[in-house]
Amino acid sequence: MSWVNQILQGVLLGGYYALLACGLSFMFGVMRIINLAHGSLAVVAAYGVFALADRFDLHPFLGLLVAVPVMGGVGWLLHRLMLERSTRAGELVPILTTFGLAVVVDNTLFTAFGADTRSLAPYIDTLAYDGIEVGGLTVGHLPLLTFIVAVLLLGGLHLMLGHSALGRRIRAVADDPATAQLVGVNSAAVNAAAAAIAMATVGIAGVFLAMRATVDPYAGAPQLIFAFEAVMIGGAGSLWGTLAGGIALGVAQSLGARIHTQGFLIAGHVLFLVVLLVRLMLAGRPILSFLNRAPAR
Amino acid sequence: MTPSSQPLSPLSMTKAYGAGAVLAANRRIERWTSISRWSIAGVLVGQACLALAPLVLDAGAIDRLTALFIYGILALMWNALAGYAGLVSVGHQAFFGLGAYAAVRLADAGINPYAALLLAAVLVALLSVPLSSFMLRLRGGEFAIGMWVVAALAHLLVNLDNLVQGETGTSLIALQQYDSGQRRLTTYWLALALMAGLAWCVFVLLRSRVGSALQAIRDSEEAAASVGVRVHETKRLIFVLSAFGCAAAGALWLATAVTFQPKTYFSVQWTAYMLFMVLVGGIGTYEGPIIGAVIFFTIETLFGATGVYYLIGLGVVAVVFALAAPRGLWSAFEARFGLQLLPVGYRLRVDSPDRASG
Repeated sequence: MSWVNQILQGVLLGGYYALLACGLSFMFGVMRIINLAHGSLAVVAAYGVFALADRFDLHPFLGLLVAVPVMGGVGWLLHRLMLERSTRAGELVPILTTFGLAVVVDNTLFTAFGADTRSLAPYIDTLAYDGIEVGGLTVGHLPLLTFIVAVLLLGGLHLMLGHSALGRRIRAVADDPATAQLVGVNSAAVNAAAAAIAMATVGIAGVFLAMRATVDPYAGAPQLIFAFEAVMIGGAGSLWGTLAGGIALGVAQSLGARIHTQGFLIAGHVLFLVVLLVRLMLAGRPILSFLNRAPAR
Repeated sequence: MTPSSQPLSPLSMTKAYGAGAVLAANRRIERWTSISRWSIAGVLVGQACLALAPLVLDAGAIDRLTALFIYGILALMWNALAGYAGLVSVGHQAFFGLGAYAAVRLADAGINPYAALLLAAVLVALLSVPLSSFMLRLRGGEFAIGMWVVAALAHLLVNLDNLVQGETGTSLIALQQYDSGQRRLTTYWLALALMAGLAWCVFVLLRSRVGSALQAIRDSEEAAASVGVRVHETKRLIFVLSAFGCAAAGALWLATAVTFQPKTYFSVQWTAYMLFMVLVGGIGTYEGPIIGAVIFFTIETLFGATGVYYLIGLGVVAVVFALAAPRGLWSAFEARFGLQLLPVGYRLRVDSPDRASG
């Protein structure tokens, strides 16, 4: 039974990873940018809502109503001030600038909030530990809520891309920005809107992170890695793949933790590398080309 | 191709070079200039001076210079990877940490600690060969964070070793058989020799066919492959070289710090430092990372004590350089004065008739 429980908790944890990864996946799918400040910005949202709860007694769910539009604005600004110029400057420049931004954000959080860990758990009453009993297994309210939010968000993004005017423009720009521009789509504005949407989801993820766990100023880096692993395991750029990837990552970590005390993180990273290796082998490319001297690709 | 008086287009220049550099009479391809010959001589004299410097310097200055050499190695390696092979890694702290860890392990097994430092770098380079065969299939940002995952995993696995005792860490006890003065000098000379050796190695590589292949790959992988460049092999060569260099840097850092705490060595801050040095100095230029290392070293000496504010400053400056001056200080300097101190490329020189006669 404990193994089943472990898998169930892993699946629920995967819901959080999907929530965290959906902004990264969306941005990669639309703009081909991997935002290395992704995790750090999620932590910024967490600290923002924490500050609202701490100073003004604002419930985190009301804080979320503030955080989502604010993070959307941050995404828009991020695109206008940094990503737009970076993508124009070259394929590698967005990696350099977003990494630089992550360094700035992490250390700024440290100067503002110090090294102490913070959590939103004290501000959400019993939601942090309540649960439902199902056949001897406990499903926590918060993990369940996180999972549902992740599915709704991914589904919503999917519908928006497929059936709305903005979604059509975003897909057109993702496909070919120059041609989209020719037929009257303002590519820069559409990308800015996509960045705003991605950051709004990052805001939600950050708040759920702080409700289920503690955050510290340098918590962004591991969150970026988890989000990236979920996206890559599920297949880069596909939203439902991201959900599957998040669940696979959560289950691997949950089982890893059961095998060894240090196994939680190791299992996640190993799964990522194994998926990578298998995918390359299935693609028919010689993995060990230095052994069989296959010609260069 | 026959000599003609027509101006050379870039395409015909490439053809001419490919055919053995048959050019019009008043045009030639330059690989050296008289200034660059002098600057090579200057660099050699400078390196000789640095080798003799401990005769006049005090202990503190020797320690600081050793740190500078280690930063120089890191900047050189990261620039070779990002600036020439087009591979931005945010996980090269993996090799830095593994280099130090391997040195601890080898010394624990009874190998002379200084031999262990070098052997550690070689072992990590060997490990990077199988790693390269799948990491190099990743593109752009995927490679960048993929390497970060490798660094995180390496950190966790090293923590599992009983010798390291998790985050408590351990130290290179074997070094204590030498007195501190002798230790300081040996580490200084080792760091200088490795930095100079790797710098010359990169210089020779970039002037060879590999250099041309790398720049072709950086500009367009597909186009490079289509003209017969062995894309994967060339990238792997640089990847393994950078793994060796970063591992050597980590092992040298261990020799100066003596203590090995996994958290310090596998910290992503090393990547932030490398990125700063290379971006400020000039990514994709040969001299840039060395200039960047000197600038970083100076800033660290002056402001390092301010802690996080100093890190915020580094991040802001790196972002500003990436956006506003993507080729860094050295390129601006080169463009301003038209100088080439250590040329790794090809330059077409056209002697105008009146200048030739007068």
